Amino acid sequence: MSIGIVSAAYIAAAILFILSLGGLSGQESAKRAVWYGIAGMALAVGATIWGPGMGHLWVVGLMVAIGAAAGAVVAGRVQMTEMPQLVAALHSFVGLAAVFIGVNAQIEMGRIAAMVAGGDADGLNALTGFAAKVAHKTPVELNILKVEVFLGVFIGAVTFTGSVIAFGKLAGRVDGKAKKLPGGHMLNAGAAFLSLVLLVLYFNGAGMWALLAMTLLAFFIGYHLIMGIGGADMPVVVSMLNSYSGWAAAAIGFSLGNDLLIVTGALVGSSGAILSYIMCKAMNRSFVSVILGGFGNTTGPAMEIAGEQVAIDAEGVAAALNDADSVIIVPGYGMAVAQAQQSVSELTRKLRAAGKTVRFAIHPVAGRLPGHMNVLLAEAKVPYDIVLEMDEINDDFPNTDVAIVIGSNDIVNPAAQEDPNSPIAGMPVLEVWKAKQVFVSKRGQGTGYSGIENPLFYKENTRMFYGDAKKSLDALLPMIN
Amino acid sequence: MKIGAVRESAPGENRVAMTPESAVQIMKLGHDCLIQKGAGERAGFADQAYEAVGVTLVPDEGALGAAADILVGLRPPTEAEANRLKSGQTLISFFYPAQNKELLDVCKDRGATVIAMDMVPRISRAQKMDALSSMANIAGYRAVIEAANNFGRFFTGQVTAAGKVPPAQVLVIGAGVAGLAAIGTATSLGAVVHAFDVRPEVAEQIESMGASFVFLEFEPAQDGAATGGYAAPSSPEFREKQLAKFRELAPQMDIVITTALIPGRDAPKLWLKDMVEAMKPGSVIVDLAAERGGNCDLTVPGEKIVTASGVTVIGYTDFPSRMATQSSTLYANNIRHMLTDLTPKKDGVIVQNMEDDVIRGATVTHAGAITYPPPPPKVQAIAAAKPKEKPKELTPEERRAKELADFRGQTRTQVALLAIGTLLMLVIGAFAPEAFMSHFVVFALACFVGFQVIWNVSHSLHTPLMAVTNAISGIIILGALLQVGSGSWLVVTLASISILIASINIVGGFLVTRRMLAMFQKS
Repeated sequence: MSIGIVSAAYIAAAILFILSLGGLSGQESAKRAVWYGIAGMALAVGATIWGPGMGHLWVVGLMVAIGAAAGAVVAGRVQMTEMPQLVAALHSFVGLAAVFIGVNAQIEMGRIAAMVAGGDADGLNALTGFAAKVAHKTPVELNILKVEVFLGVFIGAVTFTGSVIAFGKLAGRVDGKAKKLPGGHMLNAGAAFLSLVLLVLYFNGAGMWALLAMTLLAFFIGYHLIMGIGGADMPVVVSMLNSYSGWAAAAIGFSLGNDLLIVTGALVGSSGAILSYIMCKAMNRSFVSVILGGFGNTTGPAMEIAGEQVAIDAEGVAAALNDADSVIIVPGYGMAVAQAQQSVSELTRKLRAAGKTVRFAIHPVAGRLPGHMNVLLAEAKVPYDIVLEMDEINDDFPNTDVAIVIGSNDIVNPAAQEDPNSPIAGMPVLEVWKAKQVFVSKRGQGTGYSGIENPLFYKENTRMFYGDAKKSLDALLPMIN
Repeated sequence: MKIGAVRESAPGENRVAMTPESAVQIMKLGHDCLIQKGAGERAGFADQAYEAVGVTLVPDEGALGAAADILVGLRPPTEAEANRLKSGQTLISFFYPAQNKELLDVCKDRGATVIAMDMVPRISRAQKMDALSSMANIAGYRAVIEAANNFGRFFTGQVTAAGKVPPAQVLVIGAGVAGLAAIGTATSLGAVVHAFDVRPEVAEQIESMGASFVFLEFEPAQDGAATGGYAAPSSPEFREKQLAKFRELAPQMDIVITTALIPGRDAPKLWLKDMVEAMKPGSVIVDLAAERGGNCDLTVPGEKIVTASGVTVIGYTDFPSRMATQSSTLYANNIRHMLTDLTPKKDGVIVQNMEDDVIRGATVTHAGAITYPPPPPKVQAIAAAKPKEKPKELTPEERRAKELADFRGQTRTQVALLAIGTLLMLVIGAFAPEAFMSHFVVFALACFVGFQVIWNVSHSLHTPLMAVTNAISGIIILGALLQVGSGSWLVVTLASISILIASINIVGGFLVTRRMLAMFQKS
């Protein structure tokens, strides 16, 4: 295949990727969009493999086969509640691949430099693929290449360890609490500064050791950065890592002079950046404050909460639901933890069969991944047209008989609106307390991830339905008629 | 302590401040109960009933005054009664200190403590002793019953074999406790109820009781919460508007119930003579403000009159007393709750805690001094209504101007961003070689396309978006593919590992996306 055909295939692939992302604007067109993505990827990989300058095709075939099989197994087995972990784990692969490719580029540069120095004209002519390209670069271009490689490795390394830690936190293998080593952000800043120094050294011909030292520093930054971010901020972290993996791909694209890599990396990078922005906006916090970890300092004492939490049993909830005409369900991470989505779906089905209006209110940061709740509810066969966004449904709470909060806390916290001293003041929240009656399904009396009291639980129209969400709902189901 | 209930001396007063039931509760606080003979008779509580629960009967007022430490009653004491108070004795009853200045002086001179039930502050904690509310509730109910009694038609609309009956049209003016109770009663009898109040924030309560709020186009009136939940006097312009509205409504209304009172003032005149004359013959006006002069021009306090045009105007001042059993039960409970607060340890010892908002507010004389008016309560009665953000109706010109300004602002930011961006590009272009620039153009355009495309992605598809971008970021496999043909074994190894993990990424990402998207279904 000539280089012209390969370029044409790349253009087609880039367009298919754009269509694929654009198609996600609606549930129906999304089903087509994913095929565009697959076709684009097949085209890109195919054109590259059969394009000029390839070698060791048997290795490629073997690796792709193993990788594809592993990927298919993982994709088939993963539970929908484990999506956040999976996405984080896959990001780490991209990061690691970027590191390897960058290191490879440096090795090739070293090899070629040695050949040029040794006057090995035959060797130079025998080079293929990437190495051949490097061999034809002018010194200025080589310098630019060095910067690109350095950047690609840096971003890739941060993405790798960051994603591994995010995976650990989401899978519960690493403590979800925000943790920092003594020195905090100064350590990160120091590591970043050292990396910059290494860049200068590398630029001036320091060679492999500078690149590897920087890689270690970047590994540390990724680890420490994500360790410092609490569990509730994970939606931002995951989309941020998504963005990084895109930028890493783009940087590698620059170093390899491959436009398709650049285009795709930029698409992914900007997609992740926008998602992070949307998540931060939903929490009314700046991106920087999320990344630097932890909630901002409170400016004064929190408002005192009067009243007490009143518990209720399944009979009471069932009676209220049987009397209600309109119900809004607000799911949160607790529903995912308890794997209660099937029970929620069954409850919805029963209530709808009884002629009641049932809708779901989804806060943008509910769960641990953007759109996490939507996926879980879809898995449990809850029709997507009754699953509404915060802005669509917030005005309807005053006309609602019963609001059921299942495993969410901060996203329904009235302190965000009522208490200017609250750490979450100003964050847009679902106004469930405006419903005539609110039931909160919750494991115990603890606070949410942000560790702040929720005055909702003390409101007069709130009843606490303690217990594991799935068990509570299963106890409730037979009583609904 | 000995708690003594007096027999009300005012003519026509049937209520009593202690019932056998409340006496039992009071005795549980460690007090002894006394009652004047025949005090509960007119409210339907016989002397024997009191005796049966252990209340001591006292023959007359003098003996009661001598024996009791705390006197409980309803109406403010007469001058003679006030002069009989002993030093250190406590009187709990309605007192209206603002109107009864001389009486207040007398009680102070006698060295008695007076707790005025009408001065209980309107805070949540004090609701259980808010006698004004419990009496107003009864008055509102009774007002509708009296109106129905004097109204020659059904309240509810009916279509019968003998003909069609339209529902009665009821207007309730003033939606305080009495007004709301009247609305509830009239609605449950089937009438069509309209209600008016100067406080726009009660519109919701009115509608919740089943009446329609008579809306008055006027600039925001003052915040009712600032006056502790009571209405404040309104401006002359507002009053004019209000009267014009009433004049317009008068011919259609069958029943008018007025409950408008402003604390510490005469009742405002709201239903003028010409409005009464405009009403249909047979209509009924019930004036619950009659005791304070009445809201209606023609009201004669304490009496029912029929005007020349055939409109009945009821000005009774004793609605609660007309339902003495009910009102005595509620009032006695209010008194009992007050005593509970006064006896914090339930040991029969009264603690006049002047730090307590409720007790401080209700006490008008104590220890030889007048303690009226009280300082404002520490707890805000009602949370101040937040100024509602009304989307201001813009005139077309204003809207156009605003749109233009918005557009200009956006243009300005966009142009500024573009200028900065172009400048940056120029700087990079000045130093970077040509090959880099061509890639850079591609990069910048791709970022731009990404930003444009991603904004349209639906919220609910964010997880599939993450999965699909994740799969697409596996494009990094291209880099590894380009390197795998190298002659160095190290490069080949690293590249093949990269190919392996990138393929996991690609296949896993796409398959899981497909799995997710297949689950989304419409109902």
